[in-house]
Amino acid sequence: MNVRSNKIASLAALGLVGGLALTACGGGSSSDSGSGASDSGANGGYAELTGNLPGAGASSAQAAQTAWTETFMGLVQAEGGDLTVTYDPTGSGTGREQFLTGQVQYAGTDAALDEEELAASTEVCNGEQAFDLPVYISPIAVVFNIEGVDSLNLTPEVVAGIFAGDITNWNDEAIAADNPDVELPDLEIVPVHRSDDSGTTENFTEYLSETAPDAWTHGPVETWPISGGQSGDGTSGLISTVEGGNGTIGYADASQAGNLGTAAIQVGEEFVSYSAEAAAAAVDASPREEGREENDIVVELDRTTTEEGVYPIVLVSYLALCGSYADSAQGEAVKAYASYIVSTEGQQVAAENAGSAPLSEELSSEAQAAIDAISVG
Amino acid sequence: MSTTDAAEESSSSASTLRRGGRRFGDSLFSVLSIGSGLLIFLTLAAVAIFLTNESVPALLASEELAGFLSNAEPDFSLISYTAPYIFGTILAAALALAMAIPVSLGIALFISHYAPRRMAAGLGYMIDLLAAVPSVVYGLWGGIWLVPKLEPLYTLLNETLGTFPTWPGFVPWVGGEPVVALFAGDPTAPMNNLASASIVLAVMVLPIITAVSREVFLQTPRLQEEAALALGATRFEVVKTVVLPFGRSGVVAASMLGLGRALGETMAVLMILAPGATFSFHILEVGRHQSIAANIASRQAEASGVDMSLLIFTGLVLFVLTFIINAIARWIVARSGVKS
Repeated sequence: MNVRSNKIASLAALGLVGGLALTACGGGSSSDSGSGASDSGANGGYAELTGNLPGAGASSAQAAQTAWTETFMGLVQAEGGDLTVTYDPTGSGTGREQFLTGQVQYAGTDAALDEEELAASTEVCNGEQAFDLPVYISPIAVVFNIEGVDSLNLTPEVVAGIFAGDITNWNDEAIAADNPDVELPDLEIVPVHRSDDSGTTENFTEYLSETAPDAWTHGPVETWPISGGQSGDGTSGLISTVEGGNGTIGYADASQAGNLGTAAIQVGEEFVSYSAEAAAAAVDASPREEGREENDIVVELDRTTTEEGVYPIVLVSYLALCGSYADSAQGEAVKAYASYIVSTEGQQVAAENAGSAPLSEELSSEAQAAIDAISVG
Repeated sequence: MSTTDAAEESSSSASTLRRGGRRFGDSLFSVLSIGSGLLIFLTLAAVAIFLTNESVPALLASEELAGFLSNAEPDFSLISYTAPYIFGTILAAALALAMAIPVSLGIALFISHYAPRRMAAGLGYMIDLLAAVPSVVYGLWGGIWLVPKLEPLYTLLNETLGTFPTWPGFVPWVGGEPVVALFAGDPTAPMNNLASASIVLAVMVLPIITAVSREVFLQTPRLQEEAALALGATRFEVVKTVVLPFGRSGVVAASMLGLGRALGETMAVLMILAPGATFSFHILEVGRHQSIAANIASRQAEASGVDMSLLIFTGLVLFVLTFIINAIARWIVARSGVKS
């Protein structure tokens, strides 16, 4: 619900932006200070940044974006700059739409811009294409609430069987086989899904359909494909539903798992619990999506990996930026903000506030190079 | 000296206002009131046009029209998408009214005819306060506090009325099924089911129905009541023979106001109900029902293009539904008005 009220608030803010942005255009006295911001912190060269920087997109990265905008604006203010950065969690689709119509200067999205959108982006991006950067890596935990059970080992087939409704009791042999030390009760399994459309659902079902295609036949989907069953609205709704029952199991952003038990998932021969490192490792172990520009960094997540210490159920949220900004004040602001996000410091802030996994150094520096290449003015 | 000047001035300006300004004031007022009247029409028209206009892409892409108009592959069926939500919306609202109306009448009669005057004032104030609580708060209260408390009741209902008695086996269609189908089925905790949502809806519409009914009951002609008392009627008989017949159309109107709120209520349903799109009457089962408004709220964030259009189409359906129900209410009120 705060998503909805935020929307109204930032709509109002957008109205203000219009007026202020005009003023900002006139005073666009910018040097090439923006790229220096990568050296995270003290001398970010933020003093020159003024105006407004509106963004919108995926609600999955909302907690991280809130932390980023707040700390970044604090940094800018400390150096004497006057920049307002906002992020409106409208959802990925709406965010991309607003970005491509020029309503916002950057977008957060769970799915990278597709070919069509990239082609369309030249209209608002000063003749150049937009591009994506992975900025937010979040492990999705399989959470459960069973009285007297604290830990569970689950294979992808079992997880798929449970959520597809084929495995219906906790004392099922398929579950017991991997959990010799756990006393599993004779209890009905209640799978809990997201009732709203969600990137979390899409990533989770993508994982299921790739690792257990026989047990999960519904493919990767944003809307839960099976009618009926327990569900919750939003991550918090899902968590409270899992907490409210006995024998419930669900999937949610790991940072929101709270006191619930989380299952270890089989990868190769081992069972891996979620952790920030294991999630970041999953992104590192995955190849880049082919057929994209050098600066358009999109990860093709390898869900079926058997590598050690990798937790493959992750959600990667991207930042969509223009390759070129006509307004130099805004361009510098975008570069400074994006640099801050991919910096070690920015990623640390997200990890603390949103429980995400920091980008690896390699990925971070690649992203920084792409940001530096943005032309301004 | 200056005070007399000021007084003179103000009196003269007042008289100017009275002389020359009267006409101006009148015409200003009539323009304002006509404008306000028109504004209502314009707003309603704007909403209707928006809904219709934005639904067009969904209509064109639907099974009902796409196959008909062109060779385009239909993406979805409007009827099979919308119908379960219409069913869910009406079922939830009907259950809420069934629970709220008797209680509301009880409270309204108590306030208007039974309670001591001071208590009645306090109680009336509390009812009005209940109407001012935002629906999000009701949703939180229902979802976090109420639902776990209801679990034993639901289990009891499900195990008793939900299984017994059953229709005799030789009855077609329902033979062997429980007579009270509402409580049948297989509920699982947490009880995020339609019954919970309806109970919270009932609490929400209670103040509206109570407040309007109370006002109507208070309008009962004193002479008629006293005449009934003089004829030896007890207080209950007075209520039965004078107050209720007099207030009947008002109560119907109050219920329709409540129904309107129950039909359109979004937040509380969204926060309590685990949705599903079926035509099940098993209100204790989870993941069977969903209301139109809650469905729009839960899906709109990630919807774009035709999906958004489809959601707006369901909004149009709700708009029309509310319209029809209001028309029926007006008809009932008008009819009973003629009778009395």
